[in-house]
Amino acid sequence: MAQIELSGIERVFKLGDSEVHALHELSVSIERGEYVAVMGPSGSGKSTLLNLLGLLDRPNAGTYHLEGRDVTTLSPDEQAEVRRTRIGFVFQSFHLVPRLTAAENIALPLMLAGIAPAERHARVAQALKDFGLETRASHRPDELSGGQRQRVAIARATIMRPAVILADEPTGNLDRSTGQDVTHLLEELNASGVTLIVVTHDPVMGGRARRRLLMEDGRLLQDVREPAPA
Amino acid sequence: MTPADTLRFATRAATGYPLRTALMVLAMSIGVAAVVVLTALGDGARRYVVNEFSALGSNLVIVLPGRTATGGLGLGNIITSTPRDLTVRDAEALLRAPLVTRMAPLSVGNSEIAWGGRLREAMVVGTSGDYVDIRAFRMAEGSFLPREDLGRASAVAVLGTKLRAEIFGNEPAIGRIVRVGDRRLRVIGVLDKTGQGLGMNTDELVFVPVATAQAMFNTNNLFRIIVEARSREAIGPAKQQLEDIMRLRREGELDVTLITQDAVLGTFDRILGALTMAVAGIAAISLAVAGILVMNVMLVAVTQRTAEIGLLKALGATGRNIRLAFLTEAALLSLAGALAGFALGHLGAWALRLAFPVLPAWPPDWAVFAGIGTALATGILFGVMPARRAARLDPVQALSRR
Repeated sequence: MAQIELSGIERVFKLGDSEVHALHELSVSIERGEYVAVMGPSGSGKSTLLNLLGLLDRPNAGTYHLEGRDVTTLSPDEQAEVRRTRIGFVFQSFHLVPRLTAAENIALPLMLAGIAPAERHARVAQALKDFGLETRASHRPDELSGGQRQRVAIARATIMRPAVILADEPTGNLDRSTGQDVTHLLEELNASGVTLIVVTHDPVMGGRARRRLLMEDGRLLQDVREPAPA
Repeated sequence: MTPADTLRFATRAATGYPLRTALMVLAMSIGVAAVVVLTALGDGARRYVVNEFSALGSNLVIVLPGRTATGGLGLGNIITSTPRDLTVRDAEALLRAPLVTRMAPLSVGNSEIAWGGRLREAMVVGTSGDYVDIRAFRMAEGSFLPREDLGRASAVAVLGTKLRAEIFGNEPAIGRIVRVGDRRLRVIGVLDKTGQGLGMNTDELVFVPVATAQAMFNTNNLFRIIVEARSREAIGPAKQQLEDIMRLRREGELDVTLITQDAVLGTFDRILGALTMAVAGIAAISLAVAGILVMNVMLVAVTQRTAEIGLLKALGATGRNIRLAFLTEAALLSLAGALAGFALGHLGAWALRLAFPVLPAWPPDWAVFAGIGTALATGILFGVMPARRAARLDPVQALSRR
């Protein structure tokens, strides 16, 4: 069974008395270690799909199996645990807590998981080193550049060693060169075996993915796979 | 999320917005300080009055002639309805009660005192030698009235300190013969400054033997008999014994009234205690206001940190984690406010004591605990709603807010 299995997913939003089908009869499966770009125009349901995959939202119909487990029927607390341990989020606007330092931001998932401070420090120190942020450990987000902020965010997303990284326009707020750095960073993580799912407008970034899901009006329009680059 | 982490996270959140936190703490501390200062004032007044009364002597039973009581038609009522006089013989009989240590009869009248051409109106109190001990007076000069048979009308007098100053000025008073009414009395002592007590200023009194006073005013009647019981606990039983003796002397009819010091003191204690509670209650309103402020501040915090809450949820925080974090923050704000208010209140009470040295303005322990407890309780109580709101936020919508 694939790592991620969506079948017959429906997500309906009510706007006044009209219903909007954000996702309609969506079925897709993603294998472990895949690099998937979700693309499409605004309002095509990309973000809704990502939220569903990240268990931040529930479908109105259909099932979602993550690593063979039906996660749509889990209680909110069980879903929180899945998010904590299996999923890492990277956002367009970084979403760092402004009053916490880079190191503390990275440590947030470890803190929420109740990991002992000693181990926490060791893992944060390792992450800071891995992402080239050692000298920035005690800086607050407003003292960091955009690229550094996103690196902190990625470090935070990977600190719990998740199985899936969900990135929503990770380069959307960055200039071209830092955007490329961040893209490389994510691809390196993918190369180490983590499933990477990126929502993007950017055709360049989308073009780098080995698999592209093209969406329109809540439907999967195209599922393009490329053979792994030689 | 461990409790220590929750605490650290909440502390960082509270200190992350210093102005907001400072204002919140200030509001809460004013509430607690109000409770502390006002109860200190109320309780200080209570203690002041109780102390003043205790200065009279603590184990006293006061016997008054006459009794207000509604009785049936008994033999006694038919024969006589007016109360009989309280006499020196009655007073002597009271000493037979086993629980009574000392007794002093009081006969009071207005007269004038004259010496060396100076004349002054003075209240004359006829009593016995034990009176000085019962009231715990100290002598400035000489000695108090001699302990002698109550029927003996010795021609001696003891003056209050103010009276002495007005009559004799700087000249020595002991041994001088003064005229009181139509009698010539030798001054044998002067009392130390005592102040107010029982509604008369002791410093302006002339004390003479009770027989002298009765002869002076041509009466057998006593104004009061003051009886001292063996101990505070003995007051009740002693009162019973005194009543029995009086009833025996009046053919079964009790026509005197016995007041205990405790009863008077207890009444004042209760009245001023109630006053303190009322004042504390009024001050507690400011605590409730501070509680509502906590709620407002926390609601603003939830709105302000919506994106952060969404992020925490995305990172795997449960509703419980978030609820606890916000509740802890509210509790911390209240605790800081309560402690600051405690310090502020004690500062205020100290200033009060400095400004009014006679007033023992110490806040009572219960008020301090109640103030801090109420502050914490209101802070946490009013923190529940914002915390629940934070925990229930939809993560998708929370994250999209930026």
